[in-house]
Amino acid sequence: MAQPKTLFEKIWDGHLVEVQEDGTCLIYIDRHLIHEVTTPQAFEGLRMAGRKVHRPDLTLGVADHNVPTTDRSHGIDDPESRLQVETLSKNCDDFGVPLFDMNDLRQGIVHVIGPEQGFTLPGTTIVCGDSHTATHGAFGSLAFGIGTSEVEHVLATQTLLQSPLKNMRITVEGDLPFGCTGKDLVLAIIGQIGTAGGTGHVIEYAGKAIRDLTMEGRMTVSNMTIEGGARAGLIAPDETTFEYLKGRPMSPKGANWEAAVAYWKTLPSDEGATYQKEVTMDAAHIEPQVTWGTSPEDVVPISAVVPSPEDFDNPDKQEAVKASLAYMGLTSGTPMEEVKIDYMFVGSCTNGRIEDIRAVAEVARGRKVADHVTALVVPGSGLVKEQAEEEGLDKILLEAGFEWREPGCSMCLGMNEDKVPSGMRCASTSNRNFKGRQGAGSRTHLVSPAMAAAAAVTGHLADVRKI
Amino acid sequence: MEKFTKLTGVAAPLDMINIDTDMIIPKQFLKTIKREGLGKHLFHDARFNEDGSENEDFVLNKPAYRGAEIIVAGDNFGCGSSREHAPWALKDFGIKCVISTSFADIFYNNSFKNGMLLIKVSKEDLEKLMDDAERGANATLTVDLENQVIEGPDGGTLHFDIDPFRKYCLLNGLDDIGLTEQKADKIGEFEQKREAAQPWIPGAAKAV
Repeated sequence: MAQPKTLFEKIWDGHLVEVQEDGTCLIYIDRHLIHEVTTPQAFEGLRMAGRKVHRPDLTLGVADHNVPTTDRSHGIDDPESRLQVETLSKNCDDFGVPLFDMNDLRQGIVHVIGPEQGFTLPGTTIVCGDSHTATHGAFGSLAFGIGTSEVEHVLATQTLLQSPLKNMRITVEGDLPFGCTGKDLVLAIIGQIGTAGGTGHVIEYAGKAIRDLTMEGRMTVSNMTIEGGARAGLIAPDETTFEYLKGRPMSPKGANWEAAVAYWKTLPSDEGATYQKEVTMDAAHIEPQVTWGTSPEDVVPISAVVPSPEDFDNPDKQEAVKASLAYMGLTSGTPMEEVKIDYMFVGSCTNGRIEDIRAVAEVARGRKVADHVTALVVPGSGLVKEQAEEEGLDKILLEAGFEWREPGCSMCLGMNEDKVPSGMRCASTSNRNFKGRQGAGSRTHLVSPAMAAAAAVTGHLADVRKI
Repeated sequence: MEKFTKLTGVAAPLDMINIDTDMIIPKQFLKTIKREGLGKHLFHDARFNEDGSENEDFVLNKPAYRGAEIIVAGDNFGCGSSREHAPWALKDFGIKCVISTSFADIFYNNSFKNGMLLIKVSKEDLEKLMDDAERGANATLTVDLENQVIEGPDGGTLHFDIDPFRKYCLLNGLDDIGLTEQKADKIGEFEQKREAAQPWIPGAAKAV
């Protein structure tokens, strides 16, 4: 019998074009997503060398990082943002790459639209010049972020040079308790393994708590894999995956669909396959999570207090904790639930999907955003926005005092005008709480959509289980 | 790509862990469509005060380190985003080599594609190099890629490991797109086989 293989090994081995003598691998890329921030220099490189895009049919472009989330009819005000978005359009046009432009209903965050269109499929290799490409691993595709030089390499050759990666498995058994979501699960995982816990590895998520997640929940988990230091996350495809993909515009059709599903069913890791690193957790012990510092590993349950540097053994970490607390304006020992917020942001490639908007609307229904809080809800794509509006979620949110915006990356990283002002505090469903991430001097607390909504209506970080 | 062979330069100590890509180059400076010109914004929030003046306490603003070509930094350097703007900013400032106990994977790859050498060393070696780098005007290190050796200001040396293919590309200044294009036939054969077995792969994006 053949050697048992992991899901990762099956995909990796299936994409090897060549293995060099020193072990460096040339792997084939099935799907390449491109956006405006990390591609202009790559296309410039192609032009300078007189190269073409090798496979425009495997490449899909969308503008997301820089686009305004307010009325777009008059274009983009900021000249630099406008130039980047226009450059993407021109490059896609010149090189024959399909593009969803800013005014296309299907436009949205690159990691929301890939799955939504069925461009993302199990067993494929997917790259994008963005670290949150890990999102697509929720479908059992090997998906990771690359730099602009690598974007150029993929555009020119549809391949990538990679050193072999190690394989890690995180098994979460049990049931997620009431009030907990995929976001709480992945924050708890990062809290346990640390932001470098997965460096050099691909993480496969397994166990009942993972299998029980919807595709949206799985995408949230896989999305934040990079925050745990691993380039890619993987979740074995199953009926939930197939159900999600069936009938999507770019999904296989007819006989191809049947053949694809049959192949996808062969992908899950074989019994007895080995991993270089294993972590197991029990979902039953997870509580709604909230970050207190400036690294995603700085996370505690909402029922906890702001930690103190002495809680950590590593002297480097103690220094980092002191600096984080000073930046965040927090005092050790303060209950997390007493921390007052100024802003709330729901959206991003982590939590900008329909299920996330529904979770916010459920908390918002019949309540009001606290007077001192500015609350933004930014759908992940035009299609998410359309669906939410069909369900009447926009009305519930607007009634409760939330702002309902156009799709894009928005306040997750504040490259457009959606920023958290200096010294202000934001409960955010995004993925990074780095210093200045949401705007210079901004203070970020990462939470789930329901927890963000709870914070918006109470005016402070709050335990959604009590609402 | 520029070759990297041997470098003798001032090493600046950045004794912090988890220096992320937003610290290296904050995102307000990413709206460029060029590779050049980012050096003036390198470590912006640490390097400059709110009024735009230089923060005298930041290491790269100290007279001895203004011309630093090497950075010695704490664990997990370059974590966060995949944006190549981080290595572009370092390179544009004049940094050619970064030494740490570990690097984030994507940042590590990106740096080599730009002709920079990233060196992973043990915790003990890092402490020693951090000491060397803290010697101000005497904080000069020599990095010899061919022999995989770092020489300190007092003449002491230490060996480092590096992947042979990365070393080969750096020493010869090779553009790896050109190298891969020589394998076009192999790639073509692979595509034919794969697309016969999985006919749902090609053409997807054209279905829009």
